[in-house]
Amino acid sequence: MRINMKRGILAALAIGVSAIAAQAENVKIAFIDPLSGPFAGTGTNGLHQYEFAAEELVNKQGGVLDGQMFEIVAFDNKISPKESLIQLQVAIDQGIRFIAQGNSSGVANALTEAIDKHNRRNPDDRVLFLNYSAVDPALTNDKCNFWHFRFDANADIKMDVITDKIAGTEDIKKVYIIGQDYSFGKAVASAAVRFLTEKRPDIEIVGNELHPIGKVKDFTPYSRKIMASEADAIITGNWGADMLGLGKSVLENGYTGPIYTYYAAADGITAAFGEAGKGSLRLVAEGALNPPASDRAAAYVEAFKAKYPDGNLSQARITNVIEMLAKAIDQAGSATDVVAIANALEGMEHDNLWGGKVFMRPQDHQLIQDVHINVHTDDGVSFDYDNSGYGVVVENTVPMAAMDSPTTCKMRRP
Amino acid sequence: MDLIAVNIIDGLVTGLLLFMLSAGLTLIFSMMGVLNFAHASFYMLGAYFAYQISIYLGFWMGLLIAPILVGVLGAGVERYGLRRVHQYGHVPELIFTFGLALLIEEVVQFVWGKNQMPYETPEILQFTAFAIAGNSIPAYKVFMIFISVTIFIGLLYVLTRTRIGMIIQAALSYPKTVEALGHNVPFIFMGVFGVGTALAGVAGVIAGPVLSTFPGMAFVLGSIVFVTIVIGGLGSLWGALVASLLIGWLTTFAKSYNLRMEDLLTTLGFNKPEPIWDSAWQDLWTLTSPQVADILPYILMVLILVFRPYGLFGKRDA
Repeated sequence: MRINMKRGILAALAIGVSAIAAQAENVKIAFIDPLSGPFAGTGTNGLHQYEFAAEELVNKQGGVLDGQMFEIVAFDNKISPKESLIQLQVAIDQGIRFIAQGNSSGVANALTEAIDKHNRRNPDDRVLFLNYSAVDPALTNDKCNFWHFRFDANADIKMDVITDKIAGTEDIKKVYIIGQDYSFGKAVASAAVRFLTEKRPDIEIVGNELHPIGKVKDFTPYSRKIMASEADAIITGNWGADMLGLGKSVLENGYTGPIYTYYAAADGITAAFGEAGKGSLRLVAEGALNPPASDRAAAYVEAFKAKYPDGNLSQARITNVIEMLAKAIDQAGSATDVVAIANALEGMEHDNLWGGKVFMRPQDHQLIQDVHINVHTDDGVSFDYDNSGYGVVVENTVPMAAMDSPTTCKMRRP
Repeated sequence: MDLIAVNIIDGLVTGLLLFMLSAGLTLIFSMMGVLNFAHASFYMLGAYFAYQISIYLGFWMGLLIAPILVGVLGAGVERYGLRRVHQYGHVPELIFTFGLALLIEEVVQFVWGKNQMPYETPEILQFTAFAIAGNSIPAYKVFMIFISVTIFIGLLYVLTRTRIGMIIQAALSYPKTVEALGHNVPFIFMGVFGVGTALAGVAGVIAGPVLSTFPGMAFVLGSIVFVTIVIGGLGSLWGALVASLLIGWLTTFAKSYNLRMEDLLTTLGFNKPEPIWDSAWQDLWTLTSPQVADILPYILMVLILVFRPYGLFGKRDA
């Protein structure tokens, strides 16, 4: 309660500060993600990371161009594609040129289509789509367009890394794949099947199923099936409450093997798993938190934790979104000519705050970066999640993962 | 075969949990004729209160205190909210409870934030009670069954065997007559509302650690509770029990077995169109039972409404 009050005062101060800064005409970034409903936790934490990154990495360094500041404007899309399109229109009407969205590929698919259409019809107020989390491969393949940039490694790249790890573990003979019933869950499942049959044809896929997203009350029946299948490893793309529900349920019902996941950390999930998830949960992600890549990264995390004691730096890539956008605006010499900014982003190489380099692949606007497999544990954790003492520690790393993976993207350039 | 036994137990747990919610709701509905949209929100409050109390006093005090708090809150809502709105008819009442549900969700998010709460089962119950063919049944599940059955028996006893129960039942059907006999009917209403919400609170307390405590938990369970009372018959405790168990088992079994629409259609003599991904019927043919498990209760509700509009155990027309 007290923390929330403090937060409220901070927010009020922040509004006051930004109101003064607004006179110098801010570069506004619309953040369209769920801020209410079952996935509100994930959305709100993402918003904080954006606000912090904009403040710390751009505004405190003097802003872009001749001192223009970044400003994050939040829009609640309730994780619904329909609502997102309405919010997108509101954002465009407010003159915002940059749209950041990440939660749910279903939403991202709707947005990228709408933005493509909008930009073709309205060459005077085009917008860019900065996708920081939606990892459906189609977004940088069949459905790619010039205005869409993805800063997270897509589901295929991540699955490539996961299956490498599984293929290297001899005693895994049976794998169970389970996910949420929508584009991303399906993409994860098909990639897992494809890579596994390629890399380890002897592995038996004992289950491959989808469950309704955000609607399952109790995962017990699913975990019973997983137990009955005698799986040695589970692969899931679940996130939010669905991840916690599934993970807790299988562990409770006696599963001890590894659970390879995309999003089983932070937003209360790490704390809720606690001891139960230790040694089982494996996360594939970019951005290494433990051990921290550099003193600068460590200082950044500490500063974030000082500002948001209850928050988590769970989406490291957000710093890349902000830094690369700032760099591109400076290179383009304009914060409104999005074609020039997009051209500057294309092929950009950038020093990742979290170690290594990143490269925005021009063919499909997929950011190529180091991808890690992390393990959920309380050993050797410098920066925990949810103040729980538990966090994720890097187990192995694939540098510049999928640098020359194929893409079916045929981009129409303006 | 072993899996069937396990699924029966799992379905029982789900069903009994639903029952604790629907028992209160069905009584409230039959009494006031108002659908309490905020009912699942009281369930959520139960979980959050219990979590907060468990930090300081442990799980067991949470189990004891949280439902009482929720019940008092519920009674207060009836006394100072619903009763005033009541004179304007059912629609304002409906809107009132709907608004209340939204309000409670916002308040919960304001106080506790939007993240999952690390609300855990008590350590004393963190062991495997028994296992059927490698499927462990956590002791906590046995405890959940025990609590819900105790509450059901207690409720049944109070409603059918005691004087209070008889007055409540009479007040449900003939409030005017009961009032004329000198009973304080508004007070009875308040009491039933309080007890009903307290039951939802109990459900929240014991479901919070297993189904995770987060601001969306009321939303996830909200609509299914209404389905339960419609299927069971409004105002019937037995109906609520039977419908809850039916839904619990229906969804559990549908999720546990991969029944495929393809098999069903082939048995019925249809030919699978090839190639399937070009067919307009692709979605129908590739359907599996886990995918539709959560909408099966709604289909059941529609069927009940068509063939038996007063529900399985209902005594009057809905």
